[in-house]
Formats: sequence, structure tokens, C-alpha cells
Amino acid sequence: MNTDHILLEAKSFSAGYRKQIVVDDISFTLHAGEVLTLIGPNGAGKSTVLKTIANQIDLISGDAVICGKSVQEQTEKELARQISVLLTDRITAERMSCFDVAAAGRYPYTGLLGMLSEQDKQIVQDALKMVGADDLADASFSWISDGQRQSVMLARAIAQEPKVLLLDEPTSYLDISRKLDFLCLLRKLARERGIAVIQSLHELDLAQRFSDKLLCIRDGKAQRFGTPDIIFSGDYITELYGIRNGRYDPLYGTAEPSAYTGQPQVFVIGGGGTAIPVYRKLYRAGIPFATGVIHENDLDYPAAKALAADLITAPSFEPIPEDAFRSACEIMMQCETVICTLEAFGTMNHANQKLRNLAEQINKLQTDIKKQPS
Amino acid sequence: MEHSRSARTVFGFCILILLLIGLLLLSLTVGSSRISAAEAFRTLFGGESGDSASRIIRDIRMPRSLAALILGGALSVAGFLLQCFFRNPIAGPFVLGISSGAKLCVAMVMILSLQQGFFLHSGILVLAAFAGALLCMLTILVFSGKVQHMAQLIISGVMIGYICNALTDFAVTFADDANIVNLHNWSRGSFSGTSWADVRDMAIITAFAMIGSVLLSKPISAYQLGESYAKNMGVRIKPFRILLILLSSLLAACVTAFAGPISFVGIAVPHLVKGLFRSAKPLIIIPASFLGGSVFCLGCDLLARTLFSPQELSVSTVTAVFGAPVVIAVMLRREKERSRT
Repeated sequence: MNTDHILLEAKSFSAGYRKQIVVDDISFTLHAGEVLTLIGPNGAGKSTVLKTIANQIDLISGDAVICGKSVQEQTEKELARQISVLLTDRITAERMSCFDVAAAGRYPYTGLLGMLSEQDKQIVQDALKMVGADDLADASFSWISDGQRQSVMLARAIAQEPKVLLLDEPTSYLDISRKLDFLCLLRKLARERGIAVIQSLHELDLAQRFSDKLLCIRDGKAQRFGTPDIIFSGDYITELYGIRNGRYDPLYGTAEPSAYTGQPQVFVIGGGGTAIPVYRKLYRAGIPFATGVIHENDLDYPAAKALAADLITAPSFEPIPEDAFRSACEIMMQCETVICTLEAFGTMNHANQKLRNLAEQINKLQTDIKKQPS
Repeated sequence: MEHSRSARTVFGFCILILLLIGLLLLSLTVGSSRISAAEAFRTLFGGESGDSASRIIRDIRMPRSLAALILGGALSVAGFLLQCFFRNPIAGPFVLGISSGAKLCVAMVMILSLQQGFFLHSGILVLAAFAGALLCMLTILVFSGKVQHMAQLIISGVMIGYICNALTDFAVTFADDANIVNLHNWSRGSFSGTSWADVRDMAIITAFAMIGSVLLSKPISAYQLGESYAKNMGVRIKPFRILLILLSSLLAACVTAFAGPISFVGIAVPHLVKGLFRSAKPLIIIPASFLGGSVFCLGCDLLARTLFSPQELSVSTVTAVFGAPVVIAVMLRREKERSRT
């Protein structure tokens, strides 16, 4: 499969409704076999960008080029053989079987009356099989579940045999298992058929894992365009979405809310991922807490960094330094309760064992951590 | 499944054709003067004969039955096209006020011609009806851009219909003439008094519009998935929509010009036919709707003229009795489907 040539190119286009610009200065290139994902806050203009590429909205300036030709210069039929879409429109397909719906994808290939040839039928069957909906072929489209509908609509798009596949929030109503199936299938289509996929997603973790390139849209403008490792670095995602009440951690692919600030009431001795449930409980109860000593490469670290009012850290791969131990002691003394989620200690966190023993001596150690705190 | 589906299609068409032939024979033989089937056959295939029975069949019942056949079919197809256009299952030329608009224009032209004393060719009536239908269609289009809910569209259509009817009544009241009785009869919807020349004209217009509709069945099938998808599949939306408006208006206008406004056929028949064929494929449903509409109107016309013979009902009365419950059933079915998703 030739994956070198550019299938889709946005040349600094702007587009919108009734001459009012909604998206501006959109540029990117998409090669055969690549998956491009549009991310950005609600109402940023992701759908408008997609609809412009699908020629559903008129360009105001610039150009969108599919297979070397501007979308506006192509006839409807030409364009239909190059790009197929899966949109968010809810469709009512009265008295149509899933096969009928998928077969609609053959439209640009059939004759005057739209009769399906044997070959057309085979292509539709194959497309249904590919999305795992071949057993639904005879089922009425209006009677199947939302997830199944999305699969059938994907089969329709595949049956159209496009070079570019365009999907607007295709996974929004799917459960997690179907989300994974769906995105794996898109990767397979890109890999095996050399289809260029352009989609918008709200699931950032999945966007990060399944995309070759990302286009970040904010306020109708393309802020950044690049590979996932570039886009998902530092605090850019937090900035892109304007998250005020927390932070998106690109490494873990999740958002954490901001910590409760104030005098810590509880000190958590944690590490190795054991303390996360306690952090969450304290956060839900609205109790400010301190935690330590956590190595910077520890599993507990991201949650601790986000949720703890006070965090004492140690550098990765090093034993806990003396000054970190001392400041942990200081803070622990001011807390009313100490919780230790560790049951065993090693060379690197030996100081945490000392902290625990100290807490026990001053009678602050909450021993039954399963009961407390509620 | 593939097999059983095409079997269903063949079965559906067979049923409709048999019903059509049966009803056609019935409407030739049944009436104020009973004529035997054998006699009817002799008249149909035996050539010229001067007796009164053959004259009744040839000059009265035959054109009337053919009018019911052609116009009933035309009305149903117009309904199907409108339902596709508005993506609304209870759209139809009657409820959207299109028939009433056509009626208003035809009535105006009729009154004018009666006053001026010029001869009215049926072509002029069709043109007037077409103008009236288009005018109402455009008004509805303006509304359809502004209303969200399908019921609101129908309500605005019904209101337009009332306005047009009021204007028609107004015009009829103030144009007193002996011939107004004739006009009044027509304005309630009737196939009676159709001449062979009328049959020829309506057949030509309807055939033309039917060919156009069948040729549009491919884009209509794409349009059933919504405008965005249709566009992505290569349908040129604007010309397609214009053609759909022109064809459905032409069909509705043709019916109104020759038989006056006939209610509910346009909504009820496409739904009954879709149920019979268990499909909504335009390539099947357009010809099937035509046959279904023919059967429906032949049957209703038969009832209209025989039920309280010699007193004749307007055909619209009968079609409403059978058609309106279908509309209610459709709405209930939609509600059920919505609650299950």
C-alpha cells in the first residue's frame, strides 16, 4: 500500500455559515493510511472543519484538497467516491433493514435506478462482516441499539469504498468495549486499505492512543498540529480545553480535579499505587491532606500531585533524602491523623517506615485503614 | 431473506393488480343501471354498438373509472414524494394545503371564464391548479424552515388549507351563476362527469410525472438517510429538491384540476403500501403507491356512488373515512418506535 502520497490537504481555509466565519486558518496534511484526530473544547469548530472537508459547508477562503483536487471543483459523484462520512445526525430509516442502510453506500457506483449488482451486494456484505454486523443484515435498522447502529453506519461508509473516511465523534455513544473495537477497526482500515481517516473525538485518552496526528482546535482556529507525543506533553491539553478546576495528566490520560487547599488534616504515607483510593476518599469528603514521601516515578505520584494540599517527594530511583524525611515529619506532626497504606517497605522508601513508626509512637496512626476515613 | 423479500414484492404487486382488475370490473357493472359482466366485456372488446348499456359503460362509467384509477395513483405518489421531501410521515397534498391552493386557483379561473364566457380547456385548469399548488408549496417551505416539530408543519399546512378554502367559498358565493352548482360539486371532490378528453389529458400529465418520479427513486432512497448523507453519496441536493417539489405539485395539481381536492389518499396509501411490501424502497413504493392509490380511489368512488344510490356522496367523504384512521395509526406507530429507542 502506497502510504506516501497526500490524500487530504487543508490549505489555510476558513469556512462558516452565511459568510460568517466559524473556523479560520485551518491547515494540515493527511497521508494515506494515517489517522488524524481533531480535538478541542465543545463548540470550538471541529464539526465545522469536518463538514467543510465533506463539502457540506462552503469554503470562504483557502482550500481543502482531496486526492489532488479542490473539494469545490469536484462533482458530487467524484467526491462521493473519494470521501465517505459518519456524522452525528440521528437518522430515521423507516422500514429499512441494516443491509439496506449499508447498501446506501453503493450509491455513487450504481446506475440510473440504483439497482445493486452481485458485486455491490458482496461489497456490502463484506463491509457488514468487517464491522461485525453481518448477523444484523436482515434486522430492521430502527430496532437495533445505538452501538449497533453506529457499526452499521460505519459499514455504509466502508461500502462507499472511500479514500478518505470522515467521522464526527463516532465513539460518543458507545460503551468502552465498543469504543475500542471501533477505533481498532479504523486503524485496521487505515493500515490494510490505505484509507486516510479524519475524525473528531472527545475521549482524549483514546485520541492519544489511536491517532497518528492531532489537530487541536480552539475558538475556530487550529492551535497546534502534530503527533500525539508532541501534543500530549506538558500542560498543553489543560490549556487547550481551558481546564480551570483541575489538570489533565497526559501521561495517565486522565483529568484530576484541583486539590483542596488549607491546613492538612490527614497525613497519608503511601507509595506504589496503594494510596490512590485513600486520596480519592479524602478528596470526596473534602478533607485537605498531605502525603509523602512519594517518589516522582511512583504510581501514586500523579494523583498525589493533583489532590494533595501538601506533597513531599523524593527523586526517582534514589533513597528518600534526609531533608525530605524531615519536612515530612514536620507536616505529619501538625496533622490530626496519619494513615499508612504501605504494608511492606524496601531500601528506597526506608524513611517511610520510620515515618510510620513515629506516627505510631505519637498515637496518630490510624491502623484500620479500611474503616477510615469515610 | 433476500429470496423472501423479492417474493413479498411479487406477491404485493399481484395482489394490487388483481384488486385493480376486480374493482375496475365492478365499477363498470355496478350502478343505477345494472349491467352484467358479459355485457361489459362485449362493450369493451366488441367494438361499436348503440344500445344504452354500452353507451353507459363507454361514455360514463369507463372514463369515470379511469379517472379514479389515474388520479388516485397520482395522488398517492404525490403524497409519497411529499413525505420524502419533508421527512414527515403525515405530509400529503391535502393536509399541507396544496390541494386547497390548487382548488382556489382553479375556482378563480372557472369563475372568471364563466363571467367572460370563454371556453375552458382542461390544460388551462391544470396550469391554474399547478400555479396554486406551487404557491402553497412555497408558503409551506417558508414555514418548514422555521418550525422544528413535524406537527407544527402539518398545522401550518392545515391552516393554509383553511385560508384557501375560505377564499374559494368567498369567490363562489359572490359569483352567482347557474353553473356555480357544477363548480360547487367539483370543489368537494368527485370523479363524476369526466370526459374521454379529460382522461387523455390526465393520463399524459400523470405518465410524465410518474416517469420523472421513478427516475428520482435513486436519489430519494439516498435522501431517506437525511440530507447530509445524501449529499455525501453524491446527490445534488438543490436540483433534487426542486424536482421533487415540481413533480409532487404537478401530480397534486392534476388531481385537483380534474376531480377537485380529495382527502387523505396521499397520506394513507403510501403507508398501507409500505406495510404490504414491508419496504420503503422508492423504486418499489412509487409504482406500488400508484397501484394502491388506484385501488383505493376506485373502491372509494364505487362506495361513494352506490352506498346511498341514487344519492351520491363526494369521494372525499369516503376517502376520509378510510384514510384518517391510517394517519392516526401511523402516528401511534411512530410514538411506539420512539419510546423503544
